[in-house]
Amino acid sequence: MAKEQQYELRLYVAGQTPKSILAIKNITKYCKEHLDGQYSLEVIDLLKNPQLAEGDQIFAIPTLVRKVPEPIRKIIGDLSNEERVLVGLNIRTITTQK
Amino acid sequence: MKFNKKNILPKTRTGIDGLDEITGGGFPTGRSTLICGSAGCGKTLLGMQFIVKGIMEDNEPGVFMSFEESAKDLSQNVKSLGFDLDKLIAQNKLRIDHVRIERSEIEETGEYDLEGLFVRLNHAIDSIGAKRVVLDTIESLFGGLTDTGLLRAELRRLFQWLKVKGVTAIITGERGEKSLTRQGLEEYVSDCVILLDFRVIDQIATRRLRIVKYRGSTHGSNEYPFLIDEDGISVLPITSLKLEHSVSADIISTGLPALDKLFEGKGIFRGSSTLITGSAGTAKTILASYFALSSCRRKEPVLYFSFEESPAQLIRNMKSLDINLGQYVKSKLLHIHSSRPSLQGLEMHLLLLHKLIKEFKPLTVIVDPISSLVTVGSSSEVRAMLVRLMDMLKGNGISALFTSLKHVSRNELNDFTEDTISSLADTWIKLRNAEHGADKVRNLIVVKSRGMGHSNEVNNFIITDKGIEIPNANKADKKVNKNSLG
Repeated sequence: MAKEQQYELRLYVAGQTPKSILAIKNITKYCKEHLDGQYSLEVIDLLKNPQLAEGDQIFAIPTLVRKVPEPIRKIIGDLSNEERVLVGLNIRTITTQK
Repeated sequence: MKFNKKNILPKTRTGIDGLDEITGGGFPTGRSTLICGSAGCGKTLLGMQFIVKGIMEDNEPGVFMSFEESAKDLSQNVKSLGFDLDKLIAQNKLRIDHVRIERSEIEETGEYDLEGLFVRLNHAIDSIGAKRVVLDTIESLFGGLTDTGLLRAELRRLFQWLKVKGVTAIITGERGEKSLTRQGLEEYVSDCVILLDFRVIDQIATRRLRIVKYRGSTHGSNEYPFLIDEDGISVLPITSLKLEHSVSADIISTGLPALDKLFEGKGIFRGSSTLITGSAGTAKTILASYFALSSCRRKEPVLYFSFEESPAQLIRNMKSLDINLGQYVKSKLLHIHSSRPSLQGLEMHLLLLHKLIKEFKPLTVIVDPISSLVTVGSSSEVRAMLVRLMDMLKGNGISALFTSLKHVSRNELNDFTEDTISSLADTWIKLRNAEHGADKVRNLIVVKSRGMGHSNEVNNFIITDKGIEIPNANKADKKVNKNSLG
């Protein structure tokens, strides 16, 4: 059951700042390692689409939003702590099941 | 926005009654103003009024970024003030952005900044061309995020950014224990800081406002009382007491021909203030009613503040003396405002008086009795309030009549009214009840009348179902005492 769980993730950044680039690199790596084939990741640049910030209540950059599965979770920061990101996204439990 | 000749700092009108006077034109244009105060003191309302009035009166679109209430709640809360936020939003004049921070759904890992907030604010400002911005209450961020060092740095950057953006901003902050705001925002927003206060003294709540600092501008430094009512916030500026109002040589009747006879047969000056003192049951209210009646007959609006009787009671009682006030209430020439003195603080009474006078534009104001207000404040406070009231009335050329209850038991020297207000009044009439054998004899003395001759006698008078009669008034007319010094 848990293996079939799809993850819908959105990463909000604002331009190509070092923090944003690092966050993109980090999340792409974690997804490949832990959620291969079970996820979709959308990177939204608020400098290009500022109107999208309000909908997901974004105030900090970078912010990773887990839209699916619910409830919505948000992780702010450059995502450099893998352990905390995985726990925050509730992926940790899945990997132990494998 | 207006430029003052002496003051190069451009200012933006606040849209709040009285606040523009105190700040010398409003908040600094293109800069940020910090409004701080404890919970429930009116910060959000002040911010909202600033935005809405800016749109309606100065055609300056505004952004309200709320960290606490949702747009729907805000809209509902100010509906009672006649602010239709939804309409302004539809007209693209207003943007409300509710920044909701749920600590439970947020995890922090690694470095971040508040660029998202900047993007949102920037987008909101640009989308409607906003000139005014309110951030209410930005300190909520500290409750949602753990890295306070980063938050401080980001807030500093935000305030700097607002300045570069050129918007006139209000930032609200919760009152801290040792500093003005909990997070010491006053360190970052330092152009203009305003403190709102809500305190209860002797069970009476008073709201006060003080300008803590205003860089590059002169400002009133007192604490100013303010009122929140159905029109929003209004502040009472306590104007400097200069004695330079114009005077009138016009003479008006007291409403009782026999009483006019005691003043060279004509009456008293228009725009002057009259004080009637006497112990309980000496017909003070009756004389006040005559005064109201005479003004109504001249088609001059009267505002009657009654601190002891309700309008209906006053009208009924006066009717028994053939003084018909009811018809003038119907024709809207007479407005009777009754309230208990202890309902609110002195300043609030004064503010209410101001507001009603502004609204109703009376030519005659009656306060019956002014001594009731002593129960609300200390006598120095009452005196200060009365000085301000009289100053305001005279400044507007309004004829005023005050009655005051004199306590028989009290030492004459310490009598409140005689100490405090008799010197402010232009005309002073004293009423007395004397016991003469088995009868009660009423008498009336004109103690002073500035710039006018007046009777020097103790005049007996009687009250009949036709009103007050002064049998000897005709004689008094001939024996007038010329005393222009009062």
